[in-house]
Amino acid sequence: MPQSIAADSVGLVTPQTRHVNQPLSLDCGRTLDQYDLIYETYGELNSDHSNAILICHALSSDHHAAGYHSNDDDKPGWWESAIGPGKPIDTRRFFVVCLNNLGGCRGSTGPTSLNPDTKKIYGPDFPVVTVRDWVNSQERLADSLGVQQWAAIIGGSLGGMQVLQWAIDYPDKLRHAVIIASAPKLSAQNIAFNEVARQAIMTDPDFHDGRYTEHNTRPRRGLMLARMLGHITYLSDDAMRAKFGRDLREGKLNFGFDVEFQVESYLRYQGQAFVERFDANTYLLMTKALDYFDPAADCGGNLSKALKHVQAKSLVLSFTSDWRFSPSRSREIVKALLDGDKTVSYAEIEANQGHDAFLMPIPHYFDVFRAYMERVAEEGCP
Amino acid sequence: MSELRPDLANISGWIKPGSRVLDLGCGDGTLLDHLKIHRNVDGYGLEIDAENVTACVRKGVNVIQSNLDEGLSEFDEDSFDYVVMTQTLQAMQFPDKLLTEMLRIGREGIVTFPNFGHWRGRTQLALGGHMPLSRALPNEWYNTPNIHLCTLKDFESLCKNLGIKILKRSVVDTAHRTTLGMRLLPNLLGEIALYRFKRA
Repeated sequence: MPQSIAADSVGLVTPQTRHVNQPLSLDCGRTLDQYDLIYETYGELNSDHSNAILICHALSSDHHAAGYHSNDDDKPGWWESAIGPGKPIDTRRFFVVCLNNLGGCRGSTGPTSLNPDTKKIYGPDFPVVTVRDWVNSQERLADSLGVQQWAAIIGGSLGGMQVLQWAIDYPDKLRHAVIIASAPKLSAQNIAFNEVARQAIMTDPDFHDGRYTEHNTRPRRGLMLARMLGHITYLSDDAMRAKFGRDLREGKLNFGFDVEFQVESYLRYQGQAFVERFDANTYLLMTKALDYFDPAADCGGNLSKALKHVQAKSLVLSFTSDWRFSPSRSREIVKALLDGDKTVSYAEIEANQGHDAFLMPIPHYFDVFRAYMERVAEEGCP
Repeated sequence: MSELRPDLANISGWIKPGSRVLDLGCGDGTLLDHLKIHRNVDGYGLEIDAENVTACVRKGVNVIQSNLDEGLSEFDEDSFDYVVMTQTLQAMQFPDKLLTEMLRIGREGIVTFPNFGHWRGRTQLALGGHMPLSRALPNEWYNTPNIHLCTLKDFESLCKNLGIKILKRSVVDTAHRTTLGMRLLPNLLGEIALYRFKRA
């Protein structure tokens, strides 16, 4: 429980749900006739609706980006470091929106929701959604919130992919794109990690072809393994060494297979905590959305061509020790934007925290981010 | 507005309004900001230092954080009207390669550098017997970023070897002045050298 909520927090927030009745055609060929999107907002929408910021979440996060749901919460939203009064995404100036993506398990329609046609939960029957599908659903939400054009859309990792897709699909609906620790598509190595994670889940005897809820169980071991693998790739070798080294929990070797090293304890803890809050089918869907993302594919693999009609000004950020979405991947985005003479700035942040760095208040990172967001606020509506 | 650094004020006058400029080692973005406001120039800066990158972003100058020593292969041929490099050439690992790259990417190149042939430096070395220190070269030999210093004569002979045609040369002192003496004996009296050039 937060003893007292910090002055630079957005404080107590309440999620809202928007029911959308307009059918959404998906990339996979199927259609969602109706769906719910759960979202949070921080700050006030100004009179000309020009100060709205959309935050796109990454693989395992959700609509709860900042603040607390109650005084009993032990943790704030996932991007508390960056969103709040006086923070880089300053809620005194901006109206900030963050939603849980379709296929999620935190309140938006997804595998754990009831399928209105069958009156049973979707489970594995929920359609495979793509980054483009998400962006289309986000555009509907924007419309219902009265936001015709976002001042900026911001996202890290898988969130950054959504930002890029917005800039491609709805060029006139955002003035700025902030793409952090992201990539224009996954590498084979990245897809390989996702596949191991999926196999961990799908080969768990409790998976039951995704119908585990009907069997009153959950593939806990598989999901835990998937998360443990994920955590290894989100940290750098240096960060792991600094955090755990080869420290032993009991100070001695026990010559057994129980937890001995601190890093083992950390991974098991993270895996177990994740199992409590996340759905395995959603995890499968999210990793597929990552794997499929490749906006250049429609242009014969030419990213510059795919970004040709982008109008948004962009800030691209990467972190030196991030090997999951390395700086060179961000440079691919920058190069494609330069090819099209787009307005773009790029900073490569010196950080040893690996991919996780994008969630941390690293001084150079937040200096650049804040400076950029101040420009966004000052520019206002053209 | 504070006064522009002397070499920047000079080059600003060499750049045609409305052109496209790449500034290598753009520092805090002063030149590009000035060019944008006064000459309607559209451009990008490359800069390695984190604080300078932030300063550029704060000014609204397009900046790409990068290490010039790693090359400019991301930029296509003839994609800029001018490629500018102020007070940076002498700190590069391969100044010769960078000059060639500048003219691959840009139609014209502009560089400024501290003239190592200035009389005060020559005197310090000849009579004092120590490495020159001046307003243009304030660092001690052991902590200077300037690893490839040259004189006007050196630079011009390199240009000749690389097939580079010098379009304009100018020398100033650190206070922005050009005296008659500097015009007559640039390699001896000029503190900072400015060149505009293209492929021969």
